[in-house]
Amino acid sequence: MKLSFSAENEGRIADLLRRYPDAQACLLPALRLAQEQFGYLTHEAMELVAGRLGLPAPEVLSTATFYTMYNKKPVGRFHVQICANVSCYLKGSDLVLKAVAQELGIKPGETTEDGLFTLSTVECLAACGTAPALQVNDTFHEEMTPDKARQLIRSLKEGRQ
Amino acid sequence: MSMAQTSYLLRWKDGKAFKKLDAYRAAGGFRALRRALAMKPAEVVDEVKKASIKGRGGAGFPAGMKWSFVPKGDGPRYLVINADEGEPGTFKDRYILSEDPFRVIEGAVVAGFASGLTAGYLYIRGEFAEIAHQFEEAILQARKGGYLGNNILGTGYSFEMYVHAGAGAYICGEETALLESLEGRPGRPRLKPPFPAVKGAFAKPTVINNVETIASVPVIMEMGGEAFCKLGVEGDGGVKLYGLSGHVKRPGLYEFPMGKNLKELIFEDGGGVLDDKPLKAVIPGGCSTPVLLPDEIDIPMTFDSLKKAGSMLGTACATVIAEGTCMVEVCRRIAHFYAHESCGQCTPCREGCDWMSQILSRMERGAGTLDDVDLLLSISANIMGRTICPLGDAAGMAIPAFVRKFRAEFEEHVKSGRCPFGGAAA
Repeated sequence: MKLSFSAENEGRIADLLRRYPDAQACLLPALRLAQEQFGYLTHEAMELVAGRLGLPAPEVLSTATFYTMYNKKPVGRFHVQICANVSCYLKGSDLVLKAVAQELGIKPGETTEDGLFTLSTVECLAACGTAPALQVNDTFHEEMTPDKARQLIRSLKEGRQ
Repeated sequence: MSMAQTSYLLRWKDGKAFKKLDAYRAAGGFRALRRALAMKPAEVVDEVKKASIKGRGGAGFPAGMKWSFVPKGDGPRYLVINADEGEPGTFKDRYILSEDPFRVIEGAVVAGFASGLTAGYLYIRGEFAEIAHQFEEAILQARKGGYLGNNILGTGYSFEMYVHAGAGAYICGEETALLESLEGRPGRPRLKPPFPAVKGAFAKPTVINNVETIASVPVIMEMGGEAFCKLGVEGDGGVKLYGLSGHVKRPGLYEFPMGKNLKELIFEDGGGVLDDKPLKAVIPGGCSTPVLLPDEIDIPMTFDSLKKAGSMLGTACATVIAEGTCMVEVCRRIAHFYAHESCGQCTPCREGCDWMSQILSRMERGAGTLDDVDLLLSISANIMGRTICPLGDAAGMAIPAFVRKFRAEFEEHVKSGRCPFGGAAA
């Protein structure tokens, strides 16, 4: 199926093209827009970006696969990303991870069957002073405890956040 | 007597908000810019040189000198602000960006004017999407106020600013990887020379500064370079943000003149070790800076003094580790980090970091050998100096420091066939 950008995203891409001296520099933000619109970066989505920016498809694939924030497979509506680096580890991030994994019934790297949640461990989120930290999509949740993490997951399940 | 906190960069910590343009202006905002625009660009560079401010991203290169490397000439030339904050243990720039965004914009325009630059990009890590969005709003407001764009404050100087978000790669904090990423490619560091000042973003002359460095610029222009310099110590001017995380009673961000004593920071300002446990170790400025033992921390936090202590100031965000923590596990997490974040273009770093990560994983499980302990030292030594960028060197310095300083603990894991702290690699 041939994909196309929404009118809103077309406008954003036109704006991006004015920000940089060449089209290739728009690639990171354009991939992000594609991911927001299509949920994850399929081959077709990457081809759409390549066509829109006038770049060879392998160039787009090369960049898209280098960066961890571009999802090459489907992720849940809520992507729970728990920092596992040193400062968070020292403040009990393993216990937070265990609590979330139990609550969701999945392991890191997996997605719940209903497609609602994906659980990941990530490297430092730059929230060490308020560790342990996690992100749900783009939103930070800091000074977590296993209890607070469980409550957060429950409130997301019930659509309260 | 302990050193008193200052609040130039952390002025918002008292609860006062500077997020809105009006509030920023009411607090004297853009006075520094007006002052700078009334001077000759070379005079502005001189002020920053007099301030003796070393780059706040961790490498500590004198900022004024960096500005003076841009060759004269016409055509596009760029400022790139490095906001790819991701050095484990570090959490300072995100607060500057979210709490005092106009400080960064003001500093950027001053830097642009001083070095003859035409546009600036804030390269912000992708995870800070919400901060990036707020910052774009601040840019819009600043443009409306006449502080950005064409003919700034009627002086004839024009400077544009944009936000560019990364997508989850620590290596893009390295300045040439950052440029690759800005240009839409994988973040693989470039060989230097050519240096970015000559051939940087889009092959044009480019100045790359850390967020904290740029945020310090209005402070410098406001009080004068000499006065700013005097706040610090000989050769290391001004005030600095310091962070505390890990096993410490009062974690968070602090501001002091350069040269704050590390022990004092932890035990007086930070309130000491969590649960009053004995201190086991301190990582002074992000996980790339070699770990220090408790008897090594009674030192001023300057670039030179940390170097003398066999470590580095780095980002000056210290991680406190209490007795009872497994150092093999801490080291394993750090090795895993470098293995995960290596861009892969240099074999010693790509293979070496992953190899060390695997060794440390089996050691933490109790499946290591005594030879593995020395193997870690040997792999580290063979990464050092053999890579394009400093990521490999960082791993090659950080990991042997753990092995040398806690060797008995590594050997205990091997001899007893298990982690003596009851842990196992997750």
